[in-house]
Amino acid sequence: MTDTLTPIMDGIDQDLLETTVSRRDALRKAGKHAAGFAIASAPLALGLMAKNAFAQGSLPQQIKDVLNFALTLEYLEDEFYKAGNAASGLIPGADQVVYQQIGKHETAHVALLKSVLGADAVAKPTFDFTAGGAFADVFTNYATFSALAQGFEDTGVRAYKGQAGNLISDNAILKTALQIHSVEARHASQVRRMRGQKGWITGSSTDVSALAATYAGEGNTTQGGVNTAAFVNANAASEAFDEPLTKEAVLAIAGQFIMS
Amino acid sequence: MPDLVPPMNSELGFLDKLSRATSRRTFLQWAGVTVGVAAIGCGKDDPTGHTPPGNDFDLGSGDVGVLNYAYALEQLEAAFYIKVIAEKYNGMTPAEETVLTDIRDHEVTHRDFLKAALGSNAIGTLTFDFASVTFSSRASVLGTAKTFEDLGVSAYNGAGPLIVDANYLLLAGKIVSVEARHASAIRDMLNPGSMDFAGDDVVAVSTGLDQANMTSTVLAAAGGFINETIIASSLPTS
Repeated sequence: MTDTLTPIMDGIDQDLLETTVSRRDALRKAGKHAAGFAIASAPLALGLMAKNAFAQGSLPQQIKDVLNFALTLEYLEDEFYKAGNAASGLIPGADQVVYQQIGKHETAHVALLKSVLGADAVAKPTFDFTAGGAFADVFTNYATFSALAQGFEDTGVRAYKGQAGNLISDNAILKTALQIHSVEARHASQVRRMRGQKGWITGSSTDVSALAATYAGEGNTTQGGVNTAAFVNANAASEAFDEPLTKEAVLAIAGQFIMS
Repeated sequence: MPDLVPPMNSELGFLDKLSRATSRRTFLQWAGVTVGVAAIGCGKDDPTGHTPPGNDFDLGSGDVGVLNYAYALEQLEAAFYIKVIAEKYNGMTPAEETVLTDIRDHEVTHRDFLKAALGSNAIGTLTFDFASVTFSSRASVLGTAKTFEDLGVSAYNGAGPLIVDANYLLLAGKIVSVEARHASAIRDMLNPGSMDFAGDDVVAVSTGLDQANMTSTVLAAAGGFINETIIASSLPTS
């Protein structure tokens, strides 16, 4: 079957190819015969993937809880970038392409998680990105906006990492979560670098004191009982490993921006 | 040492040679690099062989196998960046040197950590063939770095679900996001201020998902740089 599919796949866009391949993977896992499915449009293929990979019967509550937690964070990011990208005069022209790319991914993450959860998806909260006035100029002052963007991305990385163990029973969903996790890390690195920071996190410090909770514990240099500072130095040891956050810690951070 | 290595299955040896003969080509295609036939023909595919029989590295099975797989990739990345900083391409700016030195230090830390975590189960020290990289050229170095970082991200994303122990999964998760931070930075150095840090070539537009590659795909891509033969036949597949 691979042989007959190869020429068909030549020349189609990479995204569709990946989605199709994922779908075939998913179908194989679900014990179905993939040969009967023609290559369809990407959204249709995605829908099929979601149905076949994830919706064979109801998801265990623990997994639904993780996915709804992730969906809440993605709602927050998606709405934040939609507002930022729409605010005239906020993002300098040269940086707009970056924030549009990030926003595009967050929108896709929301759609993907909603498709997986179906009727079990939580509703979008009402957000207040000023956090009750603490960031009053978030959509008029680029420095505030980009600092919050960095905080949301670095928090997102830690949030997904913290939940990986809760998805270990479901390989397809774990893999999907990891594939979101690394995209958030790409975003975080870019936003940090645009702000004049390193793309990686050194120690637990931050230039934005209001975001301190996002970086608590990042300075850890002991991994699996091994003192990693002994290999190069303490900074490299801190930077080389991103740390997880518990769901409670993440919700305390995100909760500042959630009204209801 | 040779008596510690399991006797080589002749059929497996043949398949390995086959896979090694195509690995460089696969890698170059994958990386989107075009080179002449002469360049493909040199290096480890040389029939005189850089891999004497018995110089095979078996990753092993279970979580140990997956961690050895990661250890092999971190050895590759560390060796690459050590050479990058030792040789410094023409026109490397101080800012670029800082980024690349940081990445070198992270990869060395990952490498040494995995070795320590694996203890007596760790595979040996690999040696590498970077003949396809022009270390004096910014484009060649950063292009290779981009390939390695994206490959690393896709490798950890693909291998995460193979891990059984949640503690190891978390450790892999702590490393993969740093590889993604590297990939983003390198991509932005190649095409500053563009969408390439998380470009449509690596993050699927419709799903917003990064790449996840199977171990066989990753090893086929990385194998062209590794002098020894990696035996991955006992790795978990699901």
